Amino acid sequence: MTTSAVGNRAVATAAPAADDATSIRRGSHRRRNNATAWAFLAPFLVFFVLFLVWPMIHGIYLSLTDQSLTGSGGALIGIDNYLEAFADAEMWGAIWNTIWFTLLSTVPLVLVALVMALLVDQGLPGQWLWRLSYFMPFLLASTVVSLIWIWMMNPQLGLFNTVLQAVGLEPVPWLQDPSVSMISIVIATVWWTVGFNFLLYLAALQNIPEQQYEAASIDGAGKWRQLFGITLPQLGPTTALIVILQVLASLKVFDQIYQMMNQLVTPATQSAVIYIFDVGFTGYRFGYSSAISYIFFAIVLIVSLVQFRVTARRGA
Amino acid sequence: MATATLTPTRARQLRSTGRRPGEKRFGVGRVVAFAILALLAITWLIPVLWAVATSLQSEADAGSAPVSWIGESGITFEAYAKVLAEGNVGLWTLNSVLTSVIITALTVATSALAAYAFSRLDFAGRRWLYFAIIAAIIIPPQVLIIPLFYEMLAFGMVDTYLGLILPQVVAPAMVFILKKFFDAVPIELEEAARVDGASRLRVFWSIVLPLSRPILAAVSIFVFIQAWNNFLWPFLIINDTSLMTLPVGLQTVKSAFGVQYAQTMAMSILAALPLIVLFLFFQRQIIKGIATTGFGGQ
Repeated sequence: MTTSAVGNRAVATAAPAADDATSIRRGSHRRRNNATAWAFLAPFLVFFVLFLVWPMIHGIYLSLTDQSLTGSGGALIGIDNYLEAFADAEMWGAIWNTIWFTLLSTVPLVLVALVMALLVDQGLPGQWLWRLSYFMPFLLASTVVSLIWIWMMNPQLGLFNTVLQAVGLEPVPWLQDPSVSMISIVIATVWWTVGFNFLLYLAALQNIPEQQYEAASIDGAGKWRQLFGITLPQLGPTTALIVILQVLASLKVFDQIYQMMNQLVTPATQSAVIYIFDVGFTGYRFGYSSAISYIFFAIVLIVSLVQFRVTARRGA
Repeated sequence: MATATLTPTRARQLRSTGRRPGEKRFGVGRVVAFAILALLAITWLIPVLWAVATSLQSEADAGSAPVSWIGESGITFEAYAKVLAEGNVGLWTLNSVLTSVIITALTVATSALAAYAFSRLDFAGRRWLYFAIIAAIIIPPQVLIIPLFYEMLAFGMVDTYLGLILPQVVAPAMVFILKKFFDAVPIELEEAARVDGASRLRVFWSIVLPLSRPILAAVSIFVFIQAWNNFLWPFLIINDTSLMTLPVGLQTVKSAFGVQYAQTMAMSILAALPLIVLFLFFQRQIIKGIATTGFGGQ
């Protein structure tokens, strides 16, 4: 970029960035003013550098040391931590559980949200009640959600098993049995966070121009034709957004698993973040834990990039 | 956002009858739709209602099978009385309010200032810096817990309010959202004020911010919900009971309460109430904020 003196209109010679279509028009309004700009940026940058950029860089260094939480160690050991992690069955188990949880949770979190939004959008009476009931759990802290669901799934006194026994079925050890505990956590997670996706869908539905439906019904298209011909195609971008956000959120799962399993680390439910936490704060191995953090970050990054590519290609 | 010729409100008014042209008033489809809506709503409300029902029972009723919606000795508030009398609920609520408000104020203020610079000013390194901030959105905060904790040890901020608050102030996504909004604000008003000799800060404060109230409200609510419900970082950095926020405090009493189910549920309901009340007050802003930005808590 070359610009004239401060105070005159800036003349942008570089091609405007793609993320910034407005800057073509607005570039002429942007004043070259370093001092003012940095003054505006300074407060944010202090936090950004201190609590994000620096830990990110420092974490890479830590992952190359045998630093412990107690302060001992700290010698550079190269990529030993990474080599150890790649041979660590427990880490792969945690990563597999995380992917499993993500697959199990994303499908219902998208589909149930879509069904809720389509039904609420019909404009039936009781709008505020539907919205409140579906969205309210999202406002609860993970601790509250976990306490409520531990109680719901209590083996002897829980509502679930009480109902099962009332209709003559065997009680289920929801959180105690490793073969169902992950499913139980997914049930609680869907209940907890589906409301957010529901609101995203609802907003998208209310942006579909009414005329399209009017035109379709004049042409004699029935309800289902309208749903599959107009509504669902128009929701494409929203679905893409929800899936991306949901997968990223599910990969980071920690709170509800850690709490619903009573802080016990079990092979069936240990997620990637739980393992990072466990190695660092129970095993005191900061170096090793950092290395696992970066392997986890690499996975998140790859998943994000793949998702963006797929979405971009579909949109093209 | 789709560029609808109809505003969402207009569409909603049109749709408030719920009928598209040529539709019968009580079609079978509408009855079925209503039934499914109601069934889903009941399913979604049951866990919370069950928690409320349990919290209004005596410990003896709550802890003996078979459980019921109303205990044998009727409805009692003794679980709430006990929790409020013995526990730290009041203190933890105060900590939650205090830290969430400070985190929200700092996050929104610093993000808005930075977003304005990216939207309106030109400076050396603008593009790469903006790219760095956007790229940082992808970093899961959980990846940083180890180095952040290490840093807090070095700063002597473990087990302090500062250690709890400061690392939660970084939210690069908010800079992105606010910049997008500022980009869409017409520049002519600012230009006129600049010609009249107003400083950049003055223009930002008295012209841009008032015009941005809706988005500022949305962003503030998001940040607040996230800070209020945040668990992992407060859980790591705070050991002192008197500094705990509600979610962390609740976690510590969980084991202490053991089988006192009525009290456990009473505490959960008390911890949940403030945000539910907030939602009832700001329902429109919250829904609109989620709709326009697609970002939120958790």
